[in-house]
Amino acid sequence: MSADAAVLLALVLPAVGALGLSLVGRWPNLRETVTLLAGLATFGTVAGLVPEVAGGARPGFRATEVLPGLELEFELEPLGLLYALVASGLWIPTSVYSIGYMRGHGESNQTRFFACFALSISAALGVAFAANLFTLFLFYELLTFSTYPLVTHRGTPEALAGGRVYLGVLLTTSVGLLLLALVWTAQLAGTLSFTQGGILAGHADPLTGGLLLGLFAFGIGKAALMPFHRWLPAAMVAPAPVSALLHAVAVVKAGVFSLLKVILYVFGLDFLREGQISLWLMYAASATILIASLVALRQDNLKRRLAYSTVAQLAYIVLGGALATAGGVLGGGMHIATHALGKITLFFCAGAIDVALHKTRVSELDGVGRRMPFTLAAFALASFSIIGLPPFGGAWSKWYLLLGAAEGHQLVFLGVLTLSSLLSAGYLLPVVGRAFFAAPSEPGGGLREAPALCVAPLGFTALGCLALFFLAPALYALLEPLVRN
Amino acid sequence: MSEHLPVLQVVIPLLCAPLALLVRREAAVRTLAFAAAAASFAISVALLVSVLADGPISYPLGGWYPPLGIEYRVDTLSAFVLCVVSGVAAVLLPLGPGRGGHGLPSGRLHWFYAALLLAQAGLLGVTITGDLFNVFVFLEISSLASYVLVGLGSDRRALRAAFTYLVMGTIGGTFVLIGIGFAYQMTGTLNLDDLAQRLPEVRHKSTMLAAFAFLSVGVSLKLAVFPLHQWLPNAYAYAPPVVSAFLAATATKVAYYLLARLVFTVFGVAYVFGELGLGWLLFPLSLAAIFAGALAAIRQTDVKKLLAYSSVSQIGYLTLGLSFASLSGLTGGLVHLFNHALTKGGLFLAVACVVARSGSSRLDDWRGIGRRMPWTMAAFVAGGLGLIGVPGTAGFVSKWYLVQAALEAGRAELALGILASSLLAVVYVWRVVETAYFRDPGGPETRAEAPLSLLGPTWVLIGASLYFGVFTEWSAGVASKAAAMLLGVGP
Repeated sequence: MSADAAVLLALVLPAVGALGLSLVGRWPNLRETVTLLAGLATFGTVAGLVPEVAGGARPGFRATEVLPGLELEFELEPLGLLYALVASGLWIPTSVYSIGYMRGHGESNQTRFFACFALSISAALGVAFAANLFTLFLFYELLTFSTYPLVTHRGTPEALAGGRVYLGVLLTTSVGLLLLALVWTAQLAGTLSFTQGGILAGHADPLTGGLLLGLFAFGIGKAALMPFHRWLPAAMVAPAPVSALLHAVAVVKAGVFSLLKVILYVFGLDFLREGQISLWLMYAASATILIASLVALRQDNLKRRLAYSTVAQLAYIVLGGALATAGGVLGGGMHIATHALGKITLFFCAGAIDVALHKTRVSELDGVGRRMPFTLAAFALASFSIIGLPPFGGAWSKWYLLLGAAEGHQLVFLGVLTLSSLLSAGYLLPVVGRAFFAAPSEPGGGLREAPALCVAPLGFTALGCLALFFLAPALYALLEPLVRN
Repeated sequence: MSEHLPVLQVVIPLLCAPLALLVRREAAVRTLAFAAAAASFAISVALLVSVLADGPISYPLGGWYPPLGIEYRVDTLSAFVLCVVSGVAAVLLPLGPGRGGHGLPSGRLHWFYAALLLAQAGLLGVTITGDLFNVFVFLEISSLASYVLVGLGSDRRALRAAFTYLVMGTIGGTFVLIGIGFAYQMTGTLNLDDLAQRLPEVRHKSTMLAAFAFLSVGVSLKLAVFPLHQWLPNAYAYAPPVVSAFLAATATKVAYYLLARLVFTVFGVAYVFGELGLGWLLFPLSLAAIFAGALAAIRQTDVKKLLAYSSVSQIGYLTLGLSFASLSGLTGGLVHLFNHALTKGGLFLAVACVVARSGSSRLDDWRGIGRRMPWTMAAFVAGGLGLIGVPGTAGFVSKWYLVQAALEAGRAELALGILASSLLAVVYVWRVVETAYFRDPGGPETRAEAPLSLLGPTWVLIGASLYFGVFTEWSAGVASKAAAMLLGVGP
């Protein structure tokens, strides 16, 4: 099979899986088998593309030209490959976890749930493979719509209200700002194709560039740059697996990934640096990092705390891109992977605690570590990775981000990054501390872990955080061509 | 034979209408109507293909050559609109008024078909004729038939809606007739091309100004340009759902065609936009339509009325595209004519499906309907996404052109307005989606999908609206050729 065909296959496999599992929805075991098979096949296909892309090939294909200049076209480059690997790879443990969680919780409409889940993976891969802004936009919107039923899954008034915020913010930004940016870019540059070195240089003065960058940065609402971050906490009404995969990995990373693509392939690093276009974005990202971290400190609901932590961590990646230096982009790119593994583990843990003990607040977690040692140990490992401690993957992405700030002579942001590491320790470690060292609030109760199907995936992803520390050279080698001149 | 295609286009449905009254038997009438609609669709497509290959066709009616005789004239634009009208008719005609959606006693269905065929013949006639008085005649044929069709609604309020429609429509028709009279008095011709040639000499006379005013206001009434849209919401809401689908997809679209024809072919851009400054009037009115329609749609508790107000809003996009008087703007307007016909026709048909099963188009009765009628509601969602203009649907293609036109004209505020109004569309579409999928029906949930005879046509239209969101050679491609022709910048 040629690499081009593999790109198409990876794109349609989850959608075919969605169709297949809808057809066999009446038999839960068969349905879940289809989900897992689709997940394995998709990840296998994406992983099979690694040698090609690492070798410098850019497999892809052109489906059709919708309007003159608007092509539906796919091309796989290193950053897209990384995002596709993360999204499709983490789909597998999430599927296993979903089975345990959904059954443990006795949720209804499970077939719709699994079908929409698979569809959103297809959409995420479309975003990853997009060869131009139009294709990216199309799948970006598809991702919004296919995840909406997951957010409102429970159908309660809170879920519907959360869904409205979710859809409202994401569509307002994408239709109101991103689409405008698209049309404007098409008019200025005459093309929307992602091109190494950018397409805007020479077509836009720095002021126009700054305005456009603003439209992109806020228009890509999935990147959750303040003040358009509200959808992320609102989406926390969704079941835990949704929060885990979609709101720690696929959806939010689609946002920052798209922004990095825009920075790399629409603006181009040189254009951004020379015109000082992205300076304001560095400050905006820093403000988001600090404010979201402070808000996270004050959240008692565990999932909401993690949601605000996600807002802050996403802004790291935005900051990395805005620095427009080699280190910044590499660090941002790596952070897509390292934060994904860390945050998905944390959300898995929050869900597991909910399933096993029905506790959702940090203040209720005193002594929980004794009852759920595996889950909380995984929580601790993932926390270390998010804070950026070695030997966990998060250490590397922070390291390159710091390097990027130094490289751009933006010393303020060295301070921001350091401070935010302390803040993230401040909102994550107390959870671990309470769980293991505080006296239990209610007496009695022995070991009471969540179902094995929940615990195994979170253990797996926690170990993944550790493994990423040692896989960093491979990541570096994959991403390095992005910043090579 | 093939040289007579232009006249057959109109004559076939026109003759089949009285034939339907003679045949009377329902199955036979249905077959006859479908045969007529299919034949006229085939002719439209043949005409479009021929026009694209060999240029405009002029057909002298009865062998009398213009400017004395009546000329039927097919160019890219009229062939494009003919395809839309006859295509939608071919999908809709076999349906009949839909179960429970009409007030006809059984055995009287042939009246319905006769009216529908007449309406179709009138609309096709307006589009194809090159003679101004003939335009009026066909306009009235289609309008009179439409009043009857609206009045067939099962609700008694349908009669009032039809009466309002009749009064407003007749005022519009009269205005058009007065305008034609003035134009004839000043130029001594009724042929559109001839008129266009003779106009420059007399267009500064106040009579000519009055002619233009009467014509454009009269046509705008038929098109339901804000604030002349008052007849539309009730007419669409109380007509049988299939009729709403037909009218929404064709009647206003032909009125739009007529307006574009008058402005660009007959009176000319320089006169209308340069000297009269129509843009200054049409921009604010279009924006007002877009926003007022969408805001009203948000407040509706009846899905048909919601869609009707959404039509008011979408007509605003059409006129907005026209008021740019630029290639991308006009292309956007014309392609939206095409896209919106498919989308809104499909949406009204989805309502027809629900009405056929549950008998109600009230939003409150739609709770949980997503599980009872999954295919119908999937079509509704797809159509709704088209109204919003999500990429991958036909609606996106129209919006792309319109936003581009706004930016080209240096009117960023209009671009923002277009995009902001899409968000209002999200609100009204999502009210339905939320009710259908996530609100508890409080009753048993048994799967009760609409009959295939209704569901099939629904999906044909919705499927087409998705197809033309990705493959646009025959929608945007032809629309841009037609726009170039109107502006005189291309063949």
